Amino acid sequence: MYRFKNIMKNSLLIFAIIFLISCSKDNTQNIDYKENYAIESGGSLTNAMVGEPSNLIAMIAGDSASSAIAGKLFNALIKYDEKLNHAPELAESWVVSNDQKTITFTLKDNIFWADGKPLTSDDVLFTWQLVTDPKTRTPYASDYLLVKKATAPDKRTFKVTYGETYAPAIDTWASLHILPKHILKNEDINNTFFSRNPTGSSYYQLDEWISGQQVSLVANDKSSQGLPYIKTLISRIIPDTSSQFLELTADNLDYMSINPIQYQRVFPARKDMLDKINLYKELGNGYTYLGFNLKKAPFNDVNVRRAINFAIDKDEVIKGVLLGLGEPISSPYKPGTRWNNPNLKPYAYDPGKAIDLLNKAGYTKNKDGFLEKNGKALAFEILTNQNKQREMTAVLVQRRLKEIGIDVSIRVIEWASFINRFIKTGDFNAVVLGWSLSLDPDQFNIWHSSQQGPGQFNFIGYENDEVDRLLENGRKELNPDKREFIYHKFSDYLLNDSPIVYLYAGYGLSAVNKRVQGIKKPSPPAGIYHNSHDWFVPSELRRNEISN
Amino acid sequence: MFKYLIKRILWMIPMLIGISLISFFIMHLAPGDVTSNEASFNPKASEESRQKLRELYNLDKPVIVQYGLWLKRIIKLDFGNSFSSHQRPVLWEEKDKNGNVSKGLIQESLPITLLINLLGIFIIFSISIVLGTLSAIRQNSWVDRSITLFVFIGFAIPGFWLALLLMYWTGVANQWLPISGLHSPGYLELDAFSQFIDLLKHLILPVFVSSLSGLAGISLYVRNGMLEVLHQDFITTARSKGLVEKRVIFIHALKNAVLPLITIIGLSIPGLIGGSVIAESIFAIPGMGKLFYDSVLMRDFPVIMGILTIGSVLTLFGNLLADLGYAWADPRVRKGIVR
Repeated sequence: MYRFKNIMKNSLLIFAIIFLISCSKDNTQNIDYKENYAIESGGSLTNAMVGEPSNLIAMIAGDSASSAIAGKLFNALIKYDEKLNHAPELAESWVVSNDQKTITFTLKDNIFWADGKPLTSDDVLFTWQLVTDPKTRTPYASDYLLVKKATAPDKRTFKVTYGETYAPAIDTWASLHILPKHILKNEDINNTFFSRNPTGSSYYQLDEWISGQQVSLVANDKSSQGLPYIKTLISRIIPDTSSQFLELTADNLDYMSINPIQYQRVFPARKDMLDKINLYKELGNGYTYLGFNLKKAPFNDVNVRRAINFAIDKDEVIKGVLLGLGEPISSPYKPGTRWNNPNLKPYAYDPGKAIDLLNKAGYTKNKDGFLEKNGKALAFEILTNQNKQREMTAVLVQRRLKEIGIDVSIRVIEWASFINRFIKTGDFNAVVLGWSLSLDPDQFNIWHSSQQGPGQFNFIGYENDEVDRLLENGRKELNPDKREFIYHKFSDYLLNDSPIVYLYAGYGLSAVNKRVQGIKKPSPPAGIYHNSHDWFVPSELRRNEISN
Repeated sequence: MFKYLIKRILWMIPMLIGISLISFFIMHLAPGDVTSNEASFNPKASEESRQKLRELYNLDKPVIVQYGLWLKRIIKLDFGNSFSSHQRPVLWEEKDKNGNVSKGLIQESLPITLLINLLGIFIIFSISIVLGTLSAIRQNSWVDRSITLFVFIGFAIPGFWLALLLMYWTGVANQWLPISGLHSPGYLELDAFSQFIDLLKHLILPVFVSSLSGLAGISLYVRNGMLEVLHQDFITTARSKGLVEKRVIFIHALKNAVLPLITIIGLSIPGLIGGSVIAESIFAIPGMGKLFYDSVLMRDFPVIMGILTIGSVLTLFGNLLADLGYAWADPRVRKGIVR
């Protein structure tokens, strides 16, 4: 018994010590942030990414981590400015010929690669040859294969001629990173050390890449865009977002993207964190939809599709899934941009109207309360991939459709199986999936009736002659005002036909430590990261680099 | 003895072919290939170019032909290059014509996983032997009960939950230990000794969390083995000779009680190269678990097959080592083999 008491005493003592230690350390250093800081160069920023970049040659890589890093190292001929209009990057100007088939780019004078070699139109031509070379393992060749002839008549001029007018052409030159010919001309682009140790032209260059752990970049003084204020960028690879969040809390990360729960619930409850971290929200680049297999009954009937659209409460989905951090949409374009038709309104939640439409389509309620036609109940399965938000969305849709008498089941499948087993074979009723809100309005690959083959993107089987015609014309029209007219009309058809139900476009949410200054608020259409070149960290707020 | 060894090793060849054949086919049963990851579902990427990629990787050929091609390479110990866009060698580093070295994927991940697992096994076994022995000699006392309770709590606690709590407690609330990763950001500027300390600090939580769940099994093994031994005649003899209890337990009993552990150590050899996906993701450790998981999601066949092959070779050798170790420690078994 005596021993027992002794051990109890000892363990209590240990607990007390632990308790004291945990209380004694006070971490809340209160910094009084000023309204304005003077711009200063230097310092570093640390962020986190969930995956490691696979390959810093963007035309070969497909993952978002690679494009995030490559985008800071390379330039395209043109870029999107903060209002999402085309703007000069490596090219100072571009001219479209009268027949609208030839584009002539003029490169900026005196531009250089990070190794000091001049960047000329030869590099641009070389990059075009690379992306269109059948031996290059790129999935993005098709846009550039439309170029019938590409030439570099002098050091600063690059000229492309298309077989037919191709309106999205300008956009494609905003996404092709120009690669250095002098380094890559004798390399196998598919398997070159350059992909891990590249030389670019943008305002950062690779400093060091520790496999599986971090990629650090350092400012490039030879960039045509000038030095950025922040000298080093460190991207740590932390696959788990909860761990990322802990690192942010402990002040080891400067910014990260967060989820709606963190934005709406965690931060408001933690005043100590709001004291040192700013939250930003901006409309993201994608939307989530409920898509129907239009080749199958009952979805070949427009009344059924419209009825389902009326029966789903989009605001409820946004509230439930995104905690309100999203917007309903009525066209596949970003609200606020010129391609979005402001006259279109999303289908309002109206179960009465839904039932009327279903009655019109020949469905009546049976004794179990479900709708049926010719003895066949109105029932279908929603497929989606392993994505929490999409799963929750499907559940909310299921519940609203049950209320009007449609029996919906849900199935969640791993991505590769989902695509190969169900989407490619057309073996599905309905899906919850997402598309991007593209910057160029061309949506030919998704909606044109010719794009229904296995592996193509009109997998729902949408066919509308008028829409086909508009999409074809839109590709041939370079005049922005005429294009706007065409795509507004296209969106109108799409909304009326209701081949998919637009559910929501979610906000991109970011948490940024207050030491980072120079961020535009409210965020411009292109997002807060758009002007990261002009971000700075005042020296008094910089972190002591080797802390742990 | 030597003949037995040769026979066992020769038997491994057909076993390995069988294992690799089955793994290869099961891997191909899952729909999809490296061209159908989520990023490739992009209207800018056309089906023609995906088909082209499939041809470049021989994915358009029948599975049996692909298996033949793989077997042909593996016989020369060539594990190939990863399918995913970086094309890195699966097993070991390669030099290109300019002298740049691309490290192998397994080469980079394996040492980290091995280090964590070896530390983990060492900790599990040393603590378990102590706990198990303690429980056995104080059978049914409160010591025994609280040890059993403790190891089962350790076994039952979800690793990721405990990991996050500990990360918060030691990393955010108190800043005693780093939260995630293997090195601090400024690690390369440190001297060798500080780098070592830095690495150790980063390893404390991952090793602790991964060891905790292993305690239950091993310590119960030791406890039961010990109890069984303690009731045997030679222990009674030893006690009646008037030996000190300490000597009876630690010299006579323990040696016999831990014999079965040799089998367990042998069987855990293949486990040494397998990391836990969850622990590695949470602690941001680029180990084997994450490598395997990612390659399955990406349908990166050369990497999957590389890890499976190494895993099965190690399993077979682990079994062999366990049998040999048993023979070394137990004369009864040794006689059986020689006969």
